[in-house]
Amino acid sequence: MLELINVSRGFGGVQALSGVSLSVPPQRIVGLIGPNGAGKTTLINNVSGLDHPNGGQILFDGQPIEKEPSHRITRLGIARTYQNIRLFGEMTVRQNLLVGQHSLGRANILEAVFFSPRYRREERQYRARAEELLERFGLASVAGMAAGNLPYGDQRRLELARALATEPKVLLLDEPTAGMNPTETKALGEHIQDLRNDGLSILVIEHDMSLIHQVCDEIYVLNFGQIIAHGTSDEIRTDPVVIEAYLGRDDDGAA
Amino acid sequence: MDALINGLIEILKPIGITEPVFQFMLVNAILGVSIYLTLYCGLFSLANAGFMAIGAYVGVILTQSFDLPLFGALLGGMIAAGLIAIPIGIPTLRLRDIYLAIATIGFGEIVRIMILNFDDFVGSILTLVQGERVRFTLIEGARGIKGIPKLTESWHLILFLLILMFFLTRLHHSRLGRAMTAIRQDEIAAASMGINVVYVKNVVFIMSAILAGAAGVFSGHLTRIVTPQAFGFDKTVDILAFAVLGGTSTWFGPIVGGLVLTALPESLRFLKEYRGVFTGLVLLVVIVYLPGGLINTTSWSKFIRRFTNRPESPPDENSGHSTTRAN
Repeated sequence: MLELINVSRGFGGVQALSGVSLSVPPQRIVGLIGPNGAGKTTLINNVSGLDHPNGGQILFDGQPIEKEPSHRITRLGIARTYQNIRLFGEMTVRQNLLVGQHSLGRANILEAVFFSPRYRREERQYRARAEELLERFGLASVAGMAAGNLPYGDQRRLELARALATEPKVLLLDEPTAGMNPTETKALGEHIQDLRNDGLSILVIEHDMSLIHQVCDEIYVLNFGQIIAHGTSDEIRTDPVVIEAYLGRDDDGAA
Repeated sequence: MDALINGLIEILKPIGITEPVFQFMLVNAILGVSIYLTLYCGLFSLANAGFMAIGAYVGVILTQSFDLPLFGALLGGMIAAGLIAIPIGIPTLRLRDIYLAIATIGFGEIVRIMILNFDDFVGSILTLVQGERVRFTLIEGARGIKGIPKLTESWHLILFLLILMFFLTRLHHSRLGRAMTAIRQDEIAAASMGINVVYVKNVVFIMSAILAGAAGVFSGHLTRIVTPQAFGFDKTVDILAFAVLGGTSTWFGPIVGGLVLTALPESLRFLKEYRGVFTGLVLLVVIVYLPGGLINTTSWSKFIRRFTNRPESPPDENSGHSTTRAN
């Protein structure tokens, strides 16, 4: 579905990503973990068109997308959330979900002025879909509130709902549970699994290992811009290279 | 309609608003909307006076040299301003905030200076081509075009403004309107919603230019003379003041701003040379006490609380523990 081949990105002297290859197969949840500064967010930025790699290829459905701008990538079917939530704070929750459906519509401003049938049909569809998402993510009761005034957990869920409003095939989640309590994290994990069962492919960056173990079908470990391990949750947990990256090497050799 | 307008003028006369003043109020309301559109999309563009000049000159030349009716001139002026906005917008809209402001001020100056030298420039090219000295006069440089008939009627302006208001309400219920709000609040998030940020910004810039062009055509046929000095930097600042006074939280704000700031100096004629001071004072008071502008409910409720000394209500959850606020 989504495939990275030898992707590199350097910022001056810092090589944030060097020769990263990974693939997100259809209907799978792929986890991407790694210590702080490993290049996880850089990787997602490169896939979502916010940043562009210096080398390598990113394929989506076999089509190279590494040079496409952000909005084109969303239109192709890749949606993302941000580590530090980026909602439209002054808009209501419902309006955020309407903006999310921007790329699904065709009606232009003149059609809106003259109430063309296409405009009315599209607006009806937007509203219906927004209500559906509000219901699904338990946001119906706050639909009229300004998004910026929501409690933190609701903001996270709204951002996920807004990403889904773009009708993606691949979803990139950048630390979706940051700042959530264990109950909220578990509930979000179940949401993510539901989405996979609905046919989405998901790449999730996470620090919360309980979420990673709960949802991920396979895991990649990134350290200093390179993939150092790849496998299932259990394989990663016991991989000595991963343990070294997280905890450091035991120099004495004494166990 | 005429009777209605005359009635309105009779009511307004005691506060110093005669029909010409009334007409300028409406022209300035259009200019207020013109700058509102760009601000609404987060663009701090100050090119409005430049586009107004283009509209005014093109419109006046169309009625004077080509004998078109005002409606034709209006279309011509709007199209000219819109077309010129395309090559200006594509490079400058990549800039942000104050940098965009500087670039667009530069555009305004270029327009003004080109108008000043247009006749000499064309004349010298003709001289080169024909081999003998040719004097070319079309827009008369700094002297300006004089003796323009007063073609703009109050009902033209009212009709234009009504259509504009309808357009604005529809804009808010459209994809484009939502995309504009999204871009103002967070460009990166807007792009990841599939919004083509560069395209939307350019469309908005063109719409703003078209409105400024229309205001230019109307004002050219009101003042009976168009000179490049009328569209300088101070005009740009005036237009910005409409948006600041009225506030940009709704489109109604800049319209009110344009109306009030045009009417105020006329209503204050009894203050003689101090009326400018008073107008400035009003603007200053609004900026300090109603930072959201005249048409903004939250800034009014804060303003009222300030003078009734009531605590903030409803108390927001985060600061619920303390009942008193600093200051």
